Amino acid sequence: MSAAPSRSLTPRSASAAPRATQDPAWARWLLTGVALLFVVLFLVLPLVAVFTEALRRGVGAYLAAFTEADALSALRLTLLTALIAVPANLVFGVAAAWAIAKFNFFGKSLLLTLIDLPFAVSPVISGLIYVLIFGLQGWCGPYLVSGAHPWLGSWLNAHDIQIIFAVPGIVLATVFVTFPFVARELIPLMQAQGTDEEYAAITLGASGWQTFRRVTLPNIKWGLFYGVILCNARAMGEFGAVSVVSGHIRGETNTLPLHVEILYNEYNFVAAFAVASLLALLALATLILKSLVEWRYSRVLESSKVGA
Amino acid sequence: MNVKSILFLLFGITAALGASAKDVQLLNVSYDPTRELYVEFNKAFAAHWLAQTGDTVTVKQSHGGSGKQARGVIDGLPADVVTLALGGDIDPIASLAKLLPTDWQTRLPHNSSPYTSTIVFLVRKGNPRHINDWDDLVRSGVSVITPNPKTSGGARWNYLAAWAYAKRHQGGDEAAQRFVAALFKNVPVLDSGARGSTTTFVQRGIGDVLLAWENEAFLALKEFGADAFEIVVPSLSILAEPPVALVDRVVDRRGTRTVAQAYLEFLYSEKGQDIIGRHFYRPSEPAAIAKYGRQFPQVELVTIASEFGGWAAVQQIHFADGGVFDQIYAK
Repeated sequence: MSAAPSRSLTPRSASAAPRATQDPAWARWLLTGVALLFVVLFLVLPLVAVFTEALRRGVGAYLAAFTEADALSALRLTLLTALIAVPANLVFGVAAAWAIAKFNFFGKSLLLTLIDLPFAVSPVISGLIYVLIFGLQGWCGPYLVSGAHPWLGSWLNAHDIQIIFAVPGIVLATVFVTFPFVARELIPLMQAQGTDEEYAAITLGASGWQTFRRVTLPNIKWGLFYGVILCNARAMGEFGAVSVVSGHIRGETNTLPLHVEILYNEYNFVAAFAVASLLALLALATLILKSLVEWRYSRVLESSKVGA
Repeated sequence: MNVKSILFLLFGITAALGASAKDVQLLNVSYDPTRELYVEFNKAFAAHWLAQTGDTVTVKQSHGGSGKQARGVIDGLPADVVTLALGGDIDPIASLAKLLPTDWQTRLPHNSSPYTSTIVFLVRKGNPRHINDWDDLVRSGVSVITPNPKTSGGARWNYLAAWAYAKRHQGGDEAAQRFVAALFKNVPVLDSGARGSTTTFVQRGIGDVLLAWENEAFLALKEFGADAFEIVVPSLSILAEPPVALVDRVVDRRGTRTVAQAYLEFLYSEKGQDIIGRHFYRPSEPAAIAKYGRQFPQVELVTIASEFGGWAAVQQIHFADGGVFDQIYAK
């Protein structure tokens, strides 16, 4: 990629075209070597370590880690959390991006800042926010136990509904930390695409919903998909915020990342790394999906640039 | 099938589920090193309860640093019973959150402590740094692993044991404070719970000596073999009483008082005490003491009541915000 501008700037070096740079061979080898070493040391080695530790006692022990009841429940909870958090943020993200990219209104930059907030705040704080709101000593917590409010507390108790240290709290914390992914992905894309096509559709008599479904959505399809993948990866992998609101009840409020920590602390290293490898596999699948989407997405972007 | 018949079917299913044998769930919120103990104890209790009442009981466990766990219960973690590292962590659940009466510790035998323990040193095989007593921990260059006294119950016992030793041997509280300050200068990492510290020492290989619960040290020996580590018993240590308590507000709300009470009482039963002894906690009932007493080292133990005047005083002087520990650690 960088070869193109340098060629146009220095036409006199056309005779030396096969050589990309003028640097001596040792410098090129050294730089490449350092970069490769860095990649191996910080990316490949940890990944290999996870799998070797997980398989240390053979495939049987590896598989046994997943069939254990607490592991299955952690997996179920992680999937459930992602299943709620991702669609919620999908709907919100599209709505927010649509509003921000296609319209002008008062407080737009404030909304943009708010969307970025979960990126800026440490996940631990994100978890503590919910403890402060829904905790027994928090703002709303005291009203959530029976007797404090005419019906709310008793209704919640009668149905055994608990917010923090239970599934709702875990979902809330996950929604909070994964909040920006879809919106952040779509806003620049939608801003770049502008509003011309929508205007054209409306001029031709399309309704608002038709315009969105047949013009806007196809345009943002790949960007949206990309955002959802990232959102999902974070939702399944989130540790800090979930750790604060989970209460660490095994078999009940443990997600996969928390389960890894518990297993590790119980000297059950094979199982810990086995579950960790499941998360690593998930990450790899996400990366492969992401690359596929990126590849499609860049072609869409290029064609839209050519069109413009 | 019309709507009415679907509704009828749903009601039928609900009724059928309700009519089956009672299925109770308890939540035991505990401190860090009791994981293995309660896994076995819960199974034994479930069998006992099924035989006695015909009901199935599932006990869910939650573990972490004792202070952190207490904070969770105060913030609404619905614990039917708490089994924490020290009385000072259950007190605020009573005084601050008012989830149980403040005289909770008098409700069960032996200060509500079905098992006790103490603090010992775990060192690497052959004791290469020649660590034999508390004095050796303040030598320069010795790296000591202990969790954070702010969040971990075990760490508070560590701290107080060191304090008691220095007070006896160097005369007075001022000297003790200097001694403990010197000790914490030698601590490279403060984990939030006892298990985190054990992992730091055993698995990550950091530090020359781990200040550990006796049971945690024995467990580490059992898990990793006596050829890797050895236990050093100091000349003086502290009698650690990890108490248990029923959380009244939670059991009354959930209707689990009877089974939760039986769960705690089962800790004092022959079966319960046996499991306690096998997991290297010091049993509290005479029969089990006779059976398991020999596996524990003989060491002079001071108590929190006689040496420090109880947890309320200790908490205020040493571990409250701006207390002695904060002054020591800020330096």
